[in-house]
Formats: sequence, structure tokens, C-alpha cells
Amino acid sequence: MTAELVRGQNHPLSEARLEIRISAGTSVVAAATTADENGKVRGADGVAHPGTPVLPGLEVSRQPAADHRLAVDLGAMPEAVHRVSVLLVLPGGGHGPNRFGAVAAPFVAVTGLDGTELASYTVTGLDAETAVIALELYRRQDAWKVRAVGQGYAGGLAELLTDQGLPQAHHLAGTVEEAVARALARSVSAPPPRTADADRSRQPAAPVPGGDQAPGIPAQPAPQPPYPAGGPPQPPYPGAAGAPDPAAGPQPTAPAGGPIDYSHPRRQTTAPPPPPPTAPPAPPGRPAQPVAGDATGWSMEERLYNQVWGMFEDLARTTAAYRSAVDFAESRREKELDQALSDPRNRMGGQSDAARQAAHVRHTRLVDQARAALDRDLAQLTAESEVVEPALPPAYAGWDNPVWHGYRVPMEIPMAVRLGDLHLPENPSLRIPMLVRLPLERGLWIDSGRSGMSDETFADAGRLRRLAMDAAVAHAARLLAVYPAGEFTVHVIDPAGSAAQALAPLVRTGVLAGPPAAGAAGVTDVLSRLTQRVDLVQMAVRGGAPDALPPGFDTSEQLLIVNDFPHGFDDRAVTRLRYLADEGPAVGVHVMMVADREDAAAYGPLLDPLWRSLLRLTPVADDHLADPWVGHAWTYEPPLVPPGSHVLEQVLAQVARTRRDGQR
Amino acid sequence: MTVNLTKGQAISLQKNDGGSLSAVRMGLGWQAAPRRGLFGSRTREIDLDASAVLFADKQPVDVVFFRHLVSDDGSVRHTGDNLVGGAGQGGDDEAILVDLQRVPVHIDQIVFTVNSFTGQTFQEVQNAFCRLVDETNGQELARYTLAGGGNVTAQVMAKVHRSGTGWTMTALGVPANGRTFQDLMPAILPHL
Repeated sequence: MTAELVRGQNHPLSEARLEIRISAGTSVVAAATTADENGKVRGADGVAHPGTPVLPGLEVSRQPAADHRLAVDLGAMPEAVHRVSVLLVLPGGGHGPNRFGAVAAPFVAVTGLDGTELASYTVTGLDAETAVIALELYRRQDAWKVRAVGQGYAGGLAELLTDQGLPQAHHLAGTVEEAVARALARSVSAPPPRTADADRSRQPAAPVPGGDQAPGIPAQPAPQPPYPAGGPPQPPYPGAAGAPDPAAGPQPTAPAGGPIDYSHPRRQTTAPPPPPPTAPPAPPGRPAQPVAGDATGWSMEERLYNQVWGMFEDLARTTAAYRSAVDFAESRREKELDQALSDPRNRMGGQSDAARQAAHVRHTRLVDQARAALDRDLAQLTAESEVVEPALPPAYAGWDNPVWHGYRVPMEIPMAVRLGDLHLPENPSLRIPMLVRLPLERGLWIDSGRSGMSDETFADAGRLRRLAMDAAVAHAARLLAVYPAGEFTVHVIDPAGSAAQALAPLVRTGVLAGPPAAGAAGVTDVLSRLTQRVDLVQMAVRGGAPDALPPGFDTSEQLLIVNDFPHGFDDRAVTRLRYLADEGPAVGVHVMMVADREDAAAYGPLLDPLWRSLLRLTPVADDHLADPWVGHAWTYEPPLVPPGSHVLEQVLAQVARTRRDGQR
Repeated sequence: MTVNLTKGQAISLQKNDGGSLSAVRMGLGWQAAPRRGLFGSRTREIDLDASAVLFADKQPVDVVFFRHLVSDDGSVRHTGDNLVGGAGQGGDDEAILVDLQRVPVHIDQIVFTVNSFTGQTFQEVQNAFCRLVDETNGQELARYTLAGGGNVTAQVMAKVHRSGTGWTMTALGVPANGRTFQDLMPAILPHL
């Protein structure tokens, strides 16, 4: 029968040979002190710690760990020992949590040799402490008992040992620290540090200063540095026995070799990522200078991706704040104007005018304030955009970015690809790259129709179709360029050959899988090949035998560009296309439709699921994309190649050259 | 230095050096009260939900709660739903972060409420508190401990409102009934 102890409670121990099991959820150092009948620790040889793990009747672990088993033989304890205190200490050294308040409450159990729990205790209520006496075993009239203690020390092991009456407490704490550092150097690398968010949710409340607290002792609960960092020891709790002498000996000696290197000496991959570039300190009163890559991530690419998405969210939210303030100002003005009109006292004289005037002034003032806040945020985001854009890798960069001039075919698939730019009407010049994760999760639909466009700028439908095809070619070229050589294949269906001019860069450089398929026969041929591919890969994956694909099977990602849909498509081909759009993305086959939905109107609602499953992009700026946070309508602009630039051809030529070299 | 507020008491959220606070965290914590009886050692889980309602001129404009964790403007963030309440004493079970400098200019009051989603009354809750922490350095600025939970399922805990150029926190401690913040509007409105 286990006794679940609460703080201060004791429990008799019937057995002499015991095990003390500790599980702390995080790496801790376990140690034990032995004290005489007056509660004084005799000296450094009365403390079992990783440096001297074995004492008569007592053995502790040699290194920090989340779980410990201490062996205790009460029968073998020297007669002089009347009390054994079990201590837990955070290893410190700048790694891992530096306060017990930031980790799960440690659990300590006293068990017999057969594993039966005799008593257990969860050490709760800790905050800034870095060392704690979990429980003590003590001799009372020739019988041993266990007591739950839970006394924490913000000043760490040194303060704890001082409290136990050990004369060389600081020196011994330094010795333990060194032993721990040596032990850690032998152990496996630590997991990546927890994020600030993870810590935040576990932060316990600060202790409330008790009434009996001695005056002059600050109740400041700020996180304490780990103990070797020094600083005057603070009594963590009111009534902590034996307040430490401020002049108690020298500070603990720093561990040899400084902070512990957790990484495996011969394993490079587990090394932590290079730290993100940090912004230089800002002059007071002004926002920090933005820096490219100032976000979390394991690589520069991931950090830039996160930074761009962070800018996207910030712009969405600051605009939401501005819009809601303006809406509110307007509705308040309307209300006040109504009141001014309906109040009979205002009918006479200039009072009505004055009230109306006041309403307008209040409106203007609030809108001005909101605009000032928006301008402040926009200025900061613009500054950030100005440093981020030039730093982007090709997959994220616009076609006008100089990074394309030094383009080389990459060796790895990038995280994401830029499909265009997004901006809001409040500031059309601040453009956020629209980055979409690779591999694509859904197909693309380049809308060549005039639906949703009110003006007559594109009365010439043919010109819009041409622009749509240009955009499709630019997207395809970018995908070809950012995948490693031979890992991305593009097929084109151009039934009437109407897009020959737009497709010229792809055709001329020879990066397509074959010439654009024309006519009904070509449509059927390409679709049946791709359908067969989807079937094969699906069968292999479902059968758990992805290696069983036929030899020479092309495993690259496939993109099918369909121009002029549904021209050249019969019902059977339409069904196959829908199948590809539904089943393809999971097995690396993507569809890019360049189409006007009106042209396929004859199919009625039959094709609605197809359109909905595709990501709609437009060949001209159009506000049809919503952000995931607030749902603003963002204006999308396709990533067009600057006029007169040959960057597309140069990049595609490079892709083709690398492919040929690879095949040779 | 923390201030233990009593019901109705207000403190100004100024830093000691006269500067104004940039980011604060409203932390809420609670524990299920132990019950006696045949199965008395079994504490029931109590799902309390913290919400923050943003008001502009006494009109609710936005609300942050477990289904809408971030206000549209991004200035108020909920750290996530806690379904069972405190394991240890004193820790925040749910927290709402408020970036005071980014709160839209027309928002003049933010009211913090706690509702019992599972329908238990505050008689079954002990140690319920809300505290305001300076998020930049972790210092607790003010704490309001709920004295004696009544036979109600919700509490309007506190509000943070603009005063002059800065902000002020006022402990409200108004009992009310309701499952989510919408039910509390009648109880909140008199205190704006």
C-alpha cells in the first residue's frame, strides 16, 4: 500500500534496503546528504553526488537524467548518520530549464527492492528554485521514517548545502557542477531547446509574499540564473531555516571549460542550427532594424519562409486593426449625427451645427490615430520587405531578383515556391510573396476568363488568354528550375495549338517531356499515360511495395498543363482529368488548367468540384485570395517576367543543360 | 511588487520608471475543489474558459476565446484551452496575452471573463484567481483572488481600460451565469 505523502507528512519505513525512484521529466542531478543527530552535514564526505556517487549505505547516479534510482541500505548506514536528505538539482550551465517552475513537478517514490512502492511524493509548488530537498529519511528511536520535504532553494545547491550546515558548501557545489559537466560531456546530445511558447504555458504563479516574511527580503520571483552564475543567494520561502550568511564563502568555482557542449563530437547532423541573425540593438524609442531570416527555423530557407509568412500575418492583422477602427469611427459618427438631428433642443440656432461639427472632428481624430498606427506598422513591414526580398533564394524570389542571374540547378527540393505577390489596397506598394509549400497539395487553375472583372480593359478575350498562358509558362518554368535536375516533368496539352507562342520558351529549350499534345488523339494519349502512372503508383503504395514499380519508371513529379479546356476533350477525357485532379497530388501528379470556366459551362455543375479543388490564380492583378487569419481580400499578382528580360530562357537553358549532363 | 486587488479596486498600469507597459498577460488559474463522500478522493475535472471581450465605446467589437484564439488585429492572444484545470497551485491554467501598444485605437476596454463550460458552479472551484503579469519581464503587477465561489457558472473577473495615455486594470469580480461569454453580456455592460 503506497502512502501518497503531502509536504511535511512522514511515513514509517519497514524495510532497510530501499530504492528511491525519481522521475523529473527533465534532466536533473540527484544527490543525497547524510547528517548527524543535530541535522549537520559532517563535511564533503557526507554528500553523495555524481562526483562521489557511493557512500556507505548509499549510492546515487553518476550523471543527470530524467529518471533516477538511488540505492539505500539503512542497515549499512554509519551509526552517526541520523538523516539522509535526497536532493534534486537542475544541471544548469545555460542548457535546459533553469528553474523548477518551468518543468513538470518531480515525482519521488520510496520502493522496496521488489519494486513495491512504500511512499511517494510529488514535489509541487516550485518556481524559481534550482535545487530542492525532495524528501528525507530519518532515524527516530531506532526506526527509520521518510518525510516529504519539498524545500526549494533559488540559490541552488550551494545555498542548499549551506543551509544544511556544511562549511565548504560553495566549494562542494562547484565540485558537483564539475562532475556533472564531465558526465554530460559523455552523454548523448540534448533535444532542441523548448520554444518560449512551450515554456510560457507552464509558468506557474509567482509566490505570494507571506505575512511572516522578514522585511527587506524581496519577494521578487524573477527566474533565477542557474547556480554557478553566482549572485547573492536568496531564501526562496519565508521561514526557510537558517537564512544564508551574505558573506558565506567564495562564489562557486566555474566549471572547467565553461558551458557544456551537448553536441556529439563526431555527429554533425545533430548540431543545433546556426543561430538566426539577430537584429542589431535599436536606438531607444525606435523599432529594431529588420534583418532577413529573423524567424525560427533549422535552415535559412525555413527561416525566410517563416519570416515571409509572419510578415503576411502581421500585415493582415494591422490592416484589420485599422479597418475596424475606421468602421467604428464611421458608425459612431452616424450615430452622433442622428442624435444631433433628432434632439429637439438642437433644432434652433447653431447648436445642431456645433454637434455635427463635433461628431466629424471625433471621427477625423480617431481615423487619424488609426492611420498613424497603420503607417507605423507599414513602415516597419516595408523596411523588413526591403531586406528580405533581396535575400530570397530562387524558389522564393521574383523574376526580377538578381539571384536568378547566378542560378544553378539545385540539389534539393525547396520547401516552398513563390506563386505570386499579394497586397492590400491600404498600401499597394507593400507586396508579400505568396509562398506555397512543395510538393503542391492541389492543382492550379490559371483563370483566363473575364469573370469577376468589371472593367473593359480586357475586352479582348484573346489577349487575356495569352496572358494566362504566359503566367502558366512562368509558373511551370519556376517549378522546373527549383526542382533538382530530372525530378520535375512537364506535359502540355494544347489541343488547337493556340498557345504555341507562349509555350515557345519551354519548347525551344527542350525541357518538356514531349511536344505539346494536339488534337483529340494527343489529349487521350497524355491523359491515359498519366492516369496509368497514378494507378501504378497508387497500387504500389497501397500494396506496401513502392520498390516494385517497373524498372526505368519515371518517379519525378509530373505537371500537366491543359490549355483551352474543354477543347479537344470528350466525356471520357474529362473524367480522366477529374481523376487526375483528385488522385494525382497524393502521388506527385499535378494539374495546371489554363481555362475560362465559361467555356466549360456546357458541363453544368458537373465540373464545379474540379474548379473548387484547384487553386485559382489570375493572369492579371485580381483581389480574390483570402488570408487564413482575418479573411481580407488580397490582390494577387502573377509573377511575370520583366518585359525584355531573357531570364526565363536562360534559366530553362540551364535546366536543360544540367539534365543532359546528368544523363551522359 | 504585486498588488492584491479587492473587488472594485483599480490600479494604473504604469511602470515604476514612468514608462507605459507594452505587453501584459492575464493569467487565470483554478483548481477543482475536493469533494467528500464515497468516492471523495476523485476530483472532478472542471473546464473553465477564459475569454477577453474587446469593447469600443461599450460595443463589443471582437472577442478572444477558445474558438477564436487571436483577435483579428493580432493584439490579443489566447494561449489555448485548458480542459481540466490546475494540477499544481498557483500556475496559470489559461493565459491571454495583450499587446497594449498594438490594441486598435478605438478599443477602450478589454473585459476578462471566466466561464464554466462544463456547467459546474464556482462552488466546485477553489483557488480561482486572475493576475496581470508584465510579459516583458515576468513580473506580476496585480492579482485578484476570487473569494468564495458562489452558485454561479461564470465570473467577470477584471477589465483593462484606457485612462489618459495609459491603461488601468480594475478588478470586477461580478458573478454571472452562462456557458460562454455571449451569455455574460448583460452582466458585463453595467460595468463598462
